[in-house]
This record gives sequence, C-alpha cells and structure tokens, in this order.
Amino acid sequence: MSRAAAVIGVGQTHHRSRRTDVSIPGLVREAALRALEDAGLGFADIDAVVLGKAPDLFEGVAMPDLFLADALGARGKPLLRVHTAGSVGGSTAIAAAQHVRSGAFGRVLALAWEKQSESNATWALTVGQPFSASLVVGAGGYFAPFIRAYIERSKAPEHVGWEVAAKDRRNALLNPYAHLRMPGITPEAVAASSMLWEPLRYLETCPSSDGACAIVLASEEAARAAPGPPAWIRGAAVRSEPIAFAGRDAVDPRAGRDCAADVYAQAGVDDPRRGIDAAEVYVPFSWYEPMWLENLGFAGPGQGWRLTDGGATALDGDTPWNPSGGVLSTNPVGASGMIRFAEAAQQVRGRAGGHQVEGARTALGHAYGAGSQFFAMWIVGSERP
Amino acid sequence: MPTEPPGADPLAPLVGAHTVAFPGGYTRSTGPVIGRFLTELRDGRLVGVRAASGRVLFPPTEYDPRDGSPVTDDFPEVGPAGTVQAWCWVPDPRPAHPFDRPFAWATVLFDGADTALLHALDMGPDAGADPPRGLRAGLRVRPRLRPAGERTGSITDIACLRPEVTAIRDTGRLDYTIRADAALTRYLEAQTEGRIIGSRARSGAVYVPPRDLDPADGTPVTGDVELPPTGTLTTFSVNHVPDPRAPQVPFVTGYVRLDGADVDLLALVSGVDPERVRPGMRLRAEWLPPEERSRTRPSIRWFVPDEGAEAGTGEAP
Repeated sequence: MSRAAAVIGVGQTHHRSRRTDVSIPGLVREAALRALEDAGLGFADIDAVVLGKAPDLFEGVAMPDLFLADALGARGKPLLRVHTAGSVGGSTAIAAAQHVRSGAFGRVLALAWEKQSESNATWALTVGQPFSASLVVGAGGYFAPFIRAYIERSKAPEHVGWEVAAKDRRNALLNPYAHLRMPGITPEAVAASSMLWEPLRYLETCPSSDGACAIVLASEEAARAAPGPPAWIRGAAVRSEPIAFAGRDAVDPRAGRDCAADVYAQAGVDDPRRGIDAAEVYVPFSWYEPMWLENLGFAGPGQGWRLTDGGATALDGDTPWNPSGGVLSTNPVGASGMIRFAEAAQQVRGRAGGHQVEGARTALGHAYGAGSQFFAMWIVGSERP
Repeated sequence: MPTEPPGADPLAPLVGAHTVAFPGGYTRSTGPVIGRFLTELRDGRLVGVRAASGRVLFPPTEYDPRDGSPVTDDFPEVGPAGTVQAWCWVPDPRPAHPFDRPFAWATVLFDGADTALLHALDMGPDAGADPPRGLRAGLRVRPRLRPAGERTGSITDIACLRPEVTAIRDTGRLDYTIRADAALTRYLEAQTEGRIIGSRARSGAVYVPPRDLDPADGTPVTGDVELPPTGTLTTFSVNHVPDPRAPQVPFVTGYVRLDGADVDLLALVSGVDPERVRPGMRLRAEWLPPEERSRTRPSIRWFVPDEGAEAGTGEAP
C-alpha cells in the first residue's frame, strides 16, 4: 500500500426530483462548498479536482469537466473527469484517493453529480442504434431478467424485494438529504404498487434525482490538520468486465467478487459481515440487496435473501446496509456511487446524524454501473491503517 | 337613436342597444400621489409611496388604507420582480380582457412593497383551459412594459406580468454516420436469407451475434458458424412500461440461448401468454416474411414456443 489518505470533508445537496432552483454549476457548488466547509478549507487549498458523472446524454453536456472547471475552482489545477456509468461516483472518489496516495497531491476535491430533470433517464439509457431493434426500456428493463434469474436460482420468496424497498425508504426518513420521503412505507404498500418490469414493481425501483456529492481527500499531514475526524482509506479497488462473454454470470458477476476480495484483502477484512460495521451498497432495484449480499460475500450463494428477510441488514440489524436510505431513496445517477462512499465515511467519522450506526469503526462504500460491469469499492475506518 | 330594421315584426317588444359615453372620455385629475406613480410608470419605473407607518404602498394611494393617515412624500422604487400571492385562471377571456387566450389575474407583491398589485399574468401562448402547473402562489414574476414611445401614464403601460426566466431550452443535437462492423453486416445479411450465423472464438465458445474479437480476451475469432433457429429461454422480463420505440405493452423480452451457442441472444418472446412464459422454455425464431426483410435490421421478428419440442418443457415444476 502507498501513502495514507483520508476523507476530511463531505458535502451533498438536498436531492430532489427537480432542482430547478439551481443551474448545473450551482448544483455542484452546493455540494463542493459544503464539503470544503466541513474540511475547513477553501478552493485555494485544493491541489487537484476529480469530477465524475454518468452518461453525458442525461444533460446533453459534453465534457462536463471543461464546463465546470471554473465553478469548482479548478482553474490552473489538474482536473480529471472519470466515467464508469453508475459506478462513476465510486471510481471518482477512488481516483481522487489515488491522487493523494501517490504523494503528488495533499488535498483533492472529488465531486460527482447528475441533474436528471434536464432530460429523461429512460430516454437517455434507451437511445436506439441503427441496425438493431430497441428491446430494452430503461435500466429496469435491462436488470429485470437477471433479478428473475436470481429469484429462480435462490428460490427467494417475492416479499424479500418488498422488504428491501420499505427498509431503505424508512432509513431515508432519518437522512435530511434523502430525496424520497415516504412516512409509513410498508412492504404491503410496495407490493401494491404497479408492475413495471416484471418482477420489478414501481416502489422497488430507484427514483430519478437531481443532486451532487463532494468529498475532500487529504494526505496524512493534511488530515491531521483537519478540524473534524478523518475517515481513513483502508482499501480501494475497481474492476470491470464486458457486458456479454461466454461463461459470464450476470447475476453474480466475477468483477464484483474480485473487486470485493481485493478491497477486503487491503483492509484486512476476513468476514465482511463481522468486519464491516456499516455498508452503503449500490442497490437501485430492491433485489440487488440480496444479490450483492452474495456477490460481496456477506452471505453464501442463494442465502443473501435470508439476511434481508431476517432483518440483518436493517439499521438495527447485525450488518446494516444503506442506513442513509441508499439509491432506492436518492438517485442522482452520477453522484449515487459517491454518496455511498461519502456515507460510509460519515459513519466512521461519527457524522451520519440520525442514521448513524452506533460505534461504526469500519464501513464499506460500493458502487456498480452499466450492465453490472463496473465495480468500485472502498473501505474506510476511524483508525489510521 | 336605435332604429328598427326594415321588415321587423311590428308586434314584438321594441328592443335596441344604447350607449352612454362622454365624448372624449372623462378627465381624471390624478392628484400628486397617483400622478407621480403614473409619471414614473410612463418612464418605466415602478414606485410606491411610503406610509407614515413605514409601509410601502404599491400601487400608491393618497392615504394609508389601514388608518386613513396621510402618506409621506417618499416614493421608493419597488420591483421590478414580485411574488404571486393569489391567482385566478381565466380559461375563456371576455372581449375586454387584455388577452384573447387563457391567462391569469394575479395579485403580486413587488419586492420592496407591502401591498399587492392586481394585474394580468401571461403564462405563455401554450397555456390551455387548465391552469399551468407552474402557476402557484410564490411564483416570481416581472412586468412586461409597453415600449417607451407607447406608454401614456396608465396602468396598462404594464402590458402584463410574466414569470421570471428559470429554464432555457437547449435543442443541441449530434448527427452521426454509423457504419456497421463486418461481423454485424454478415449477421444481418445472413438473416435476410433466414440463416443465423455466429462466430467461434479460439476458446471454442460460440458467439451470436458473431464477433470478430472474443470479448473475454480480445483474440480474433476463428470463423463463422451457422446456428439453428431454436434455443432455450434462459431468463426474461415482462415489460409494462410503454415506450414509443418498443412494442405495445405488455411485451416479453427474453435471453435465448440458441442451440450450440455460448451466449444469450436478447429477443422478444411472443405467441404465448406472458403469464405462461417460463425459464427453460424451448423457443424457435419466427422470421419476417422475405419481402419485409432488410439487411438494415434483424429479420427475426421474435421467438415463439417451439411446438416441436417435447411436451411440458415450458411448464414450471
């Protein structure tokens, strides 16, 4: 492992369906300024900026890094844009962390965003190509067959998906930045919502959100000087794989397994269910909680749904997943991964507020993107590694 | 004087229109307060008047309507923006109204004022019989003044109010020329003849649609192979979300593992009640009629249950 790096500042916007009160630069600055304030810094203290977002088609802004350089105080500084579809928020945080771990930069601002209200995500993810037929409508249309395959394979009862959807929305009520607020949400209400992409119902899918998230990463020296507690990076890993190849398991992708094994080895985590106190995992559709519980090694093959069903992943369970409400409650796509990473950091900093997992010392941030092709994960801790 | 048209029924009641109007219109003295307001308005400025209590009355009156006390001679500028307090949608304007299309009457509290102005609010030419969604208390608006040379010192020097600019429309587009790669061209050409081709990788794995490189390791494939139009449904989804580019809902999209292939083909599944679709079902390709086939798109219309397959394979255990 290279030099130590830590999160010393976290900021996010209040996420909504339509943040029509702000422009794109206004949106990203809202998150950036909160993160800088948390770190006790100004733009002048930042050595480099790393920016991430999902497909440019969402807002029709090509090269958003050039568009936003001034807004993020990047004039005269290194500025890098990252794009790994839905996992981009995570890979952006990791790219920024590696800037610091390289020793070349002391303080790096990582920022990820999406302003979905500027167009329509289903349109942006379903743009047809010549010489082919358009057979999949939106992300849900793509993932639904693999969710069905998981259910067939694990023999999970259908109410597990409803439980995840209700649990994450209940957690969101404790998070002032969360988009969806559904007091009194129950699995029954989820089950009663309309069917979109069988077996996925409306309330089992993530919302479309406008929002941004920012993280300030710092060297050990800079972290010692920070006003708040740092979240130390204990491990960081990314993996990718093609969308289709012979032998691929799209339900339990090898890239995810390899990425988890790498990040656990770096952090010295043998058993993630015991070694990780809080997990913020990219679950845009309810069933991805049990699926990723298995992919990430929290449960054996076919057993993930039993953890969910038994309440293990609830805020008061033995392995809380998505105490912030997760992607099911807040989904500014490009920022969704970084929110996972930021919320993991807030947990070990003791700064998660109403959704704090008591005594959390080690937390996992996870993101995935495209057709379960891109994975990014980090483990942060309250103790320096 | 009203006159009867020739040939009118002599027994009908005598009815006629009658207008009383002072020639040229009445002369209204404005007094110093209203006069100041209208003079400033003619010059393009919105001024209120400060009451003895400190409140700014806009539009100005010569006395504080709360207690009748005289106002001061301070005429502070207000606006130009204001906030809608209340509104009333007019779906069907009357002849005397300022618009011949739907609009709103709104009371607007201008910035810096303590009382509201009632005026017409233009929500745009696309507004219909129902109030537009954006019309709400709290909406920020500004006046549209008539051109300076046309203003006369009248409340109608404000032609109307209209919402502040909060969004612009960006109609940028990208135009591409797409060239199908060699493998896709061979695949689509073979389909016009009712044949399905795939390609065999060095590992032995068979890809369909064919590829020129194995996505698993990037090595060139060894060549094309022909595949039968039959296969097994791996998994599927029933889509209930309407989309103009997709078939009518509900429709079934499935992953079909053609016999002899090592990857799934994404396809529509038809000819079966969506409720009865099951993983493991045997399927066969249904082709477009030859005259509808084109190498610019797949010629497989969809997959249907393979009636020749052994009975029961399509049912759940």
